[in-house]
Amino acid sequence: MNASRGQIWFDALTSNEHPASGNEGPIRSADAPLGDTTARFITVVPDPHNRFPRATDNVVGLEQGWLLARAVRNAMEADRDAPVKRPIVAIVDVKSQAYGRREELLGVHLACAAGVDAYASARLAGHPVIALIVGPAMSGAFLAHGYQANRIVALDASGIAVHAMGKEAAARVTRRSVEGLDELGDRVLPMSYKMSAYAKLGLLHELIAGIDADAPGREDIDRVQSSLIAAIDDARKGPRDLSSRLQSADAKRIRAASIEVRKRMAEQWDAS
Amino acid sequence: MSGHETFIAQHSFIELTARERARALLDAGSFRELIGPFDRLESPWLAMQDVVCQADDGAVIARGTLGGEAAVIAAIEPAFQGGSIGEVSGAKIAAALEMAVREFEAGRRIRPVILFETGGVRLQEANLGLAVIAEIQAAIVALRRYVPVVGVIGGMVGCFGGMSLAAALCTRLIMTRQARLGMNGPEVIEQEAGVEELDSRDRRLIWSMIGGEQRAAVGLVDTLVEDDTDQVRDAVLSAFASGVPASHRTEQVDAQLERLARVDPAAIDPAVLRTLWQGEV
Amino acid sequence: MENLRYEYPATRPVPQRAHVGVVGSGDLEILLSPSESQHAEVVIRTSVDGYEHVWKSVLDRFFSRYDGAARLELNDFGATPGVVMLRLAEAVEASEGDAT
Repeated sequence: MNASRGQIWFDALTSNEHPASGNEGPIRSADAPLGDTTARFITVVPDPHNRFPRATDNVVGLEQGWLLARAVRNAMEADRDAPVKRPIVAIVDVKSQAYGRREELLGVHLACAAGVDAYASARLAGHPVIALIVGPAMSGAFLAHGYQANRIVALDASGIAVHAMGKEAAARVTRRSVEGLDELGDRVLPMSYKMSAYAKLGLLHELIAGIDADAPGREDIDRVQSSLIAAIDDARKGPRDLSSRLQSADAKRIRAASIEVRKRMAEQWDAS
Repeated sequence: MSGHETFIAQHSFIELTARERARALLDAGSFRELIGPFDRLESPWLAMQDVVCQADDGAVIARGTLGGEAAVIAAIEPAFQGGSIGEVSGAKIAAALEMAVREFEAGRRIRPVILFETGGVRLQEANLGLAVIAEIQAAIVALRRYVPVVGVIGGMVGCFGGMSLAAALCTRLIMTRQARLGMNGPEVIEQEAGVEELDSRDRRLIWSMIGGEQRAAVGLVDTLVEDDTDQVRDAVLSAFASGVPASHRTEQVDAQLERLARVDPAAIDPAVLRTLWQGEV
Repeated sequence: MENLRYEYPATRPVPQRAHVGVVGSGDLEILLSPSESQHAEVVIRTSVDGYEHVWKSVLDRFFSRYDGAARLELNDFGATPGVVMLRLAEAVEASEGDAT
């Protein structure tokens, strides 16, 4: 089996130096140098021997959700008394949440929420949390692993998309062909599967072009590390909430409604 | 009382619209809507897809008092697009929660309640729906350090998709037995994994897995109520009276992994799960 | 999706604005507010095409009894004429009645 994008980039960025978790199971977690600091890198990888048969791919299922939370909270605990909190880099390559009846019965929604909570709590505690998208970043899986980041960085390469629903499923639900869905995405920006369109929503800190996502060489890795370092520096300068997502020129143009909602909520909050 | 008022006094919570639910839960006479229909802040994305907008985009935000204390309620309207979350409806919920955080930062207090009645992301707004749900989640995590964030899942749409994660982040969850709470809708499971995995038409099976009674019995939800507005209101007040807990469910990583470890995936069903996870929170 | 627009004569101002309904399947919402002009104006956004004549006859019937200078915005998701008449009556009652 070929290594997944998540595994490839985890290995590239950590050289598996100090694994914080073992090399089995669905989560990889390790501390590694990044610029002049040490960062915790966390990713989800396929797990063919997962106890839950519907959670063997690069998905966020029951175990993945809680183990992600553990990996993040380990870093938080280690830095509890540290004046400067280490960066946490979520390497995102998740094609969906796990779809299965056991998952629903056993509360996969809560397992994914544990991931959301851990990353959000780390951010609120002062850890710069960076999402590095190297593969699909889909739906509930991305909510659990990456979407609570201070800054989101993505590679511009094939096989990388952010969306709420996979293309085939979305085509079925909207009763279109996949080509029809592409055409719709060109007209309706938030429905597009293209990273160039996603970038226009104002949520991305950087879209890194010209990288070999499947077999990164030294230059590719250096380039990505530089982007991560810049994102970390930018995150440290700003507030610990997600307000920066509405501040770019793209956001002001494309998410004007989101900004107007905040403005009117503040205006109407106290009775006049 | 007019005929309309008599009908409301019959107490069904589920039969009320989102606006009526918010009004019914808040102390009588205290309801004040923010960014209501006459603000006409609609979805920027639906008209271009030939979908008729609702003037409030399917979310009602109301301030008032709850048990005499300042409160804000975010109520999702299930009749509009299945309660799905779009850029504006999600922004309204996130903005209300963010304002609530600012209240505490300014030394004031407020009681936040979210009425979940939603299928998750509105597909016509895909990436913006997903992004605003992340913003709602961020606000819940920030806010629940100060005050319980109380969620109510009334039914019949239930609470699915990315909003099921938001519900799971709430300090306390109140659910009727008619409601369902799950990450992926049964139809989606059947589509992705086949009818042998889950027959979405088997209503008894679905409710036995993800309905309010089962969720309460296995500790995934805090309070089970009948479809009665007074019961919902009492449960909400009681949730605030309990205060902020030492830890939330989503923080209890070791305990939850231990619970999961008790499960044999080859031999698990709703009844077996009740014996394994009996009443623990 | 269709956008329709109608005007009707009016003889008196609208006491207060009102909102009723939801844009659910088979239903509609109505925003009733004071018109900017001396007439009543109706703006309809409907998910069902080709029923202009039905809308006209429903509104003709409604305005034969209602004479307020109202701006009526209807967001419709396939309501029958019966449901439309019901919602119009609710909107007027809310506008003319005690404040809720």
